[in-house]
Amino acid sequence: MSSAVTSAAAAGKSGAASADVSTAKATSTKATSAKATSTKAQSHGFMHDQRRRRIAGDIATHLFLAVMAVIWLVPIVWVFFESFNKNTAPYTDSFFPKEYTLGNYTALFTDRSVMNFPRMFMNTLIVACFVCVISVFFVLSVAYCMSRLRFRFRRTFMNVALILGMFPGIMAVTAIYFILKAMKLTEGSAPVLIALILVYAAGSGAGFYVMKGYMDTIPMSLDEAALIDGCTRWQVFTKIIIPISKPMIVYQAITGFLTPWLDFVMAKVICRTQSNYTVALGLWLMLDKEYIQTWYARFAAGAVLVSIPIAILFIVMQRFYQESMSGSVKG
Amino acid sequence: MSSTTATPAKAARPMSRRRKTNKDGVAPSPYTVRAALSQGSLTTKLSALVFGLGNLAHKQIVKGLVLLAGEILFIWFMAADGAHNLAMLPSLGDNKGGKQLVDGFWEYVPGDNSVVILLYGVCTVAICAVFVLWWALAVRSAYKAECQARENGGRAPELLDDLRDLRDGKVSNLLMALPTLGIVVFTILPLIFMISVAFTNYDQDHVTLFDWTGLDTFKTVFSGNATGDVNAPLFFSVLGWTLTWAFFATFLNFFFGLFMAMIINRKTTHGKGFWRAVFSMSIAVPQFVSLLTMRTMLQPQGAINRMLMSWGWIDQSLPFFTDTTWARVTVIVINLWVGIPYTIMQVTGILQNIPAEQYEAARIDGANWWQIFTKITMPYIIFVLTPYLITTFTGNVNNFNVIYLLSQGEPSQVGQSAGKTDLLITWLYKLTVDRGDYNLGAVIGIMTFIVLAVVALITYRSSGSYKDEEAFR
Repeated sequence: MSSAVTSAAAAGKSGAASADVSTAKATSTKATSAKATSTKAQSHGFMHDQRRRRIAGDIATHLFLAVMAVIWLVPIVWVFFESFNKNTAPYTDSFFPKEYTLGNYTALFTDRSVMNFPRMFMNTLIVACFVCVISVFFVLSVAYCMSRLRFRFRRTFMNVALILGMFPGIMAVTAIYFILKAMKLTEGSAPVLIALILVYAAGSGAGFYVMKGYMDTIPMSLDEAALIDGCTRWQVFTKIIIPISKPMIVYQAITGFLTPWLDFVMAKVICRTQSNYTVALGLWLMLDKEYIQTWYARFAAGAVLVSIPIAILFIVMQRFYQESMSGSVKG
Repeated sequence: MSSTTATPAKAARPMSRRRKTNKDGVAPSPYTVRAALSQGSLTTKLSALVFGLGNLAHKQIVKGLVLLAGEILFIWFMAADGAHNLAMLPSLGDNKGGKQLVDGFWEYVPGDNSVVILLYGVCTVAICAVFVLWWALAVRSAYKAECQARENGGRAPELLDDLRDLRDGKVSNLLMALPTLGIVVFTILPLIFMISVAFTNYDQDHVTLFDWTGLDTFKTVFSGNATGDVNAPLFFSVLGWTLTWAFFATFLNFFFGLFMAMIINRKTTHGKGFWRAVFSMSIAVPQFVSLLTMRTMLQPQGAINRMLMSWGWIDQSLPFFTDTTWARVTVIVINLWVGIPYTIMQVTGILQNIPAEQYEAARIDGANWWQIFTKITMPYIIFVLTPYLITTFTGNVNNFNVIYLLSQGEPSQVGQSAGKTDLLITWLYKLTVDRGDYNLGAVIGIMTFIVLAVVALITYRSSGSYKDEEAFR
């Protein structure tokens, strides 16, 4: 394969050499022929050398990538094997488990006495769906206003969003808890779920920058044409901007959906009782000193269960993300 | 854009001291509060006291009633709770509660809770600020109704006109309302609350009742004496480590990621998609899972140490999280594991976007790969990725997950509240959530903000994408 590529490159080189010759022809034919031969000889030696170097480079590259790939995959593969480990303690003698079993997975769903994993899973799923919808709507509206409309306080809003992003988010956690408490959303299971949805989704409007950047690449002429045809700006938003922004909407939707699965700082402060825990909190709790000896393998099993849907979503997201990186309107 | 900016200029409108456009690219509204109060009719001026009067006079019934209802609601709220909330704000409550003598009888009185008082006080101040805006809106709306009625022969726009306008020219108001409300309630209010906490003595010794103490907490944090568990030397050592960490975490990630992306992107590398998929696996696994796993693997009796020992490479466990230097290098290296895939993802897209003609031209001109890299690839990537690098840097300063899940700030010296790998943000978390010293945490948070703001302002202001927002339109 690589030799074919080099020969093609060589053909290109000789073509360039002959082009050289034709331009030089005007000066003197004798000198041209001499130059042509010398170029040819030089290029041959050069090509030979380059080819050897390229093969060496290829080998080095692939070796390097293979070593790196192993480093990147080891922890992931390790969790995967650990989830089938019959020995539930965290520190075993061997790197990979000696005996394998499916018991960790079944125990995770059937043994609800200590930790109710299915319940946590459902909690997270419900919160994630709502957060996904709300945050997409918020981000879309703010990004549309910031990108397409000019109104008072536009710059102010952008600067405030920028400044807010610089405050450490964790600083506000306790205050948010008190606000939710004042709203009576910290007791009982349904209110806590609402509280989680509010916390994850309410501030999402400030994260409009990526979406705005995408909308900025949509030509203004589309809007103008629609406005001349009698569209209102609301119709421009729903009929033109939203359909074009689809790749970015998918990206945003998945990011919103993933937030509740990944966050445990907010959840830890808001969900005080175990029945309201999200998956991330549950997994965190399994590594607590009390539980780790018996729950470590189940932690790995839970981690695998959470990772699979997230990995699938991520692969989908990556395709849309790369698509949207190349701009909104093709050609 | 021009269609929104061009408001139909009429000669009747007050034109005094009017700039053409402001920084938002919008002509300022001619219906200002000042113009309304100086040139408006009597009903318009009275609208400053009775909201919506001007609108009602010009038959904008619903609008007028809504404005009036807002005013009544505010007055009712202030009378019922607001005034009390504001009055309690200066003292933050002194009543300890318990059995007290009330009107000559011993009664059980619930004590004051300073947190609640402060929170309600902050909310009330915010409501008052909103009310001022509401007042300005009412006055301007009345003046607008008056002017429009004058222009259209006594008929101001009806509710339907306004609603139509809300879908078209004023659609920004409709779309921005809910997101802004969300940001105000769940981001700005908590921040104001925490910033005010920095000026109180709300700590583990004053849980229910605390007072304003001015700058005392700042003095504690910046005091030179090394006896307290929060002091200036500790603060500056944590700050120094935070900046070092952010620098290495950002730039090592960037350069190694760039290197790997370019290697994968080489013409003769086989299976580009496969390599990219392998390296993005670590993004697909939730961060807390992979970090917690690494933590257990790197423990003294964890999998890595056991493996190395069974191979006979080491005699005793490597001190991954127990020695200061080891721990610091470990978190940076593991952060490479976490961060490089993101850089690869970002850079790959950009590498593919670099116009191929530039490379061809360079090759024809006889440039070697190093010249191509430094003169074409790097400038392009740096230009596109400067905002990304700045956000990554701020993200790393606030990188809670990696530190808290991996080392939890360990190793730490006895009697100090921050460990050797603690960042400002994890220190803040320990001080507030674990220890309950909310005022100290708030001060640390404010200092983090100042550091970030300085870094970000300098770089943002000088970056191309801030100066020329519409460069790629």
